[in-house]
Amino acid sequence: MDYSKILNSRILSVKPSGIRRYFDLLNEMEDGISLGIGEPDFATPWHIRDAGIYSLEKGFTKYTPNAGISDLRKEIAAYLRRRFGLEYSPNGQIIVTVGGSEGIDVALRCMLEPGDEVLVPTPSFVCYAPLSFMACGKPVYIETRAEDGFRLTAKALREAITPKTKVLILPYPCNPTGAIMEKEDLEAVADVLRDTDIMVISDEIYCELTYSGTHCSIAGIPGMYDRTILVNGFSKSYSMTGWRMGYVCGPAPVIGAITKLHQFGIMSAPTTSQFAAIEALRNGDEDIEYMKQEYDGRRRYLLDGLRRLGLECFEGLGAFYLFPSIRSTGLSSEDFCMKFLMEEKVAVIPGTAFGPVGEGYVRISYAASMKNIEEVLLRLERFLARLR
Amino acid sequence: MKNLLRLLEDDCSLNTEQLAALAGMTEEETKAALEEYKKQGILLGYEPIINWDLYDEEYITALIEVTVIPQRGDGYDRIAQRIYQYEEVESLYLMSGSFDLCVIISGHSLKQVALFVSQKLSTIEGVSGTATHFILKKYKEKRMIFKPQEDYKERFVLD
Repeated sequence: MDYSKILNSRILSVKPSGIRRYFDLLNEMEDGISLGIGEPDFATPWHIRDAGIYSLEKGFTKYTPNAGISDLRKEIAAYLRRRFGLEYSPNGQIIVTVGGSEGIDVALRCMLEPGDEVLVPTPSFVCYAPLSFMACGKPVYIETRAEDGFRLTAKALREAITPKTKVLILPYPCNPTGAIMEKEDLEAVADVLRDTDIMVISDEIYCELTYSGTHCSIAGIPGMYDRTILVNGFSKSYSMTGWRMGYVCGPAPVIGAITKLHQFGIMSAPTTSQFAAIEALRNGDEDIEYMKQEYDGRRRYLLDGLRRLGLECFEGLGAFYLFPSIRSTGLSSEDFCMKFLMEEKVAVIPGTAFGPVGEGYVRISYAASMKNIEEVLLRLERFLARLR
Repeated sequence: MKNLLRLLEDDCSLNTEQLAALAGMTEEETKAALEEYKKQGILLGYEPIINWDLYDEEYITALIEVTVIPQRGDGYDRIAQRIYQYEEVESLYLMSGSFDLCVIISGHSLKQVALFVSQKLSTIEGVSGTATHFILKKYKEKRMIFKPQEDYKERFVLD
């Protein structure tokens, strides 16, 4: 069989993520340390795990409504109101998805027609462009820069808009840069969008990991509620990556369309996870605070360390990544990461994995123990000394 | 930002630089605060948590319930003082409930613990009774789990 003729040409042309090889190499090393993975290092808080277990004990093992258990949708609505002042109706404006990733996928697929352009600020999470492309859209990158704090500026946005632009992805707090968008930044973006028909997919999965003030959602900016699709989830806020729990909120017609895709493709998100998620929302605010404080301490320690070693580093105030510039070493991002891995057995991710504009940077995750961060800084010091 | 004492409670092996970063203070402020805590007797000391089972040495811990006759004027304090003077006593608490003092002691053999109870503890004036419970296995101490669950090896890596 010639599978290249059978398989969808769009899917064939998408390259798999290039990050894997670093981890494959790292796995074979003794004393290897990874500050590469983008997931919390905490296990899910026990009371949340317990709620999942209890639901199994009670025999809640069947499908749920397509949009998710109504109690969960009500709790999501209450959470968004409590923490961000956003109003969404549990009936018709909220759907529970298999992680935030499914949310992004179905949000794109319910809107894109062939040739529609999707604006993707980069460097950013690796999925936006391939998902847009596989949904027949055309990803258009907007480069963000360290001098702008890796924020999306109104100017860059205005320049990227064409008559074909349908969607803007707004990935803040941002993986991999740690950038956040504050209220004024969002207002400037809103000013550009208000007179257009462009929809925003706001990926706010890291919203609880904002270390300066509280997170502001673009959905709360005047005029933006009707043109915003909010994607969020439990993975980062409650350290629940493996439960695959996310949700999408937005105008009822959009959520209706998303529900169709989800209904035929997925049926309903995992039942056990939904029960755990209800517990997270009801009694998990303290867990959020605890983990946030832990990350914030590690963030400051890593940032101080990187700067002390002479690496220029923008102060990321969100997510759990720092994005230092490694230009001073004279190496490309990929060479730096490979050399650092082979010589010092530390995995960090080249900035180029998140778009070409990431050249000259590496992403370092601080969702790791203090001991590992300390050890990585020691190894980095040794590594940099050899390069100089 | 986390309080210095909470940080130390979680991990007292952190150095001043790390503590400072974690608490959002300068190193000087951190040093000064720690000194002040020590001076006030708030910060008493640092102790490692050791899993002696994995180290080649016999190590026995017992919890002893002690009932006492409190003394006029001093209540329980004087008897408590006499008990905690002994090297073997790791911890001593005044309890509510069916007994008065809880003594945690450790020794290198059963015999050593037995001798302590029979010859030292129960002969103290005012001690009216003891009940010794040996600890068979430690699962968790000061929030440290003795044998943490291993994470599964296959991890998702695209992010």
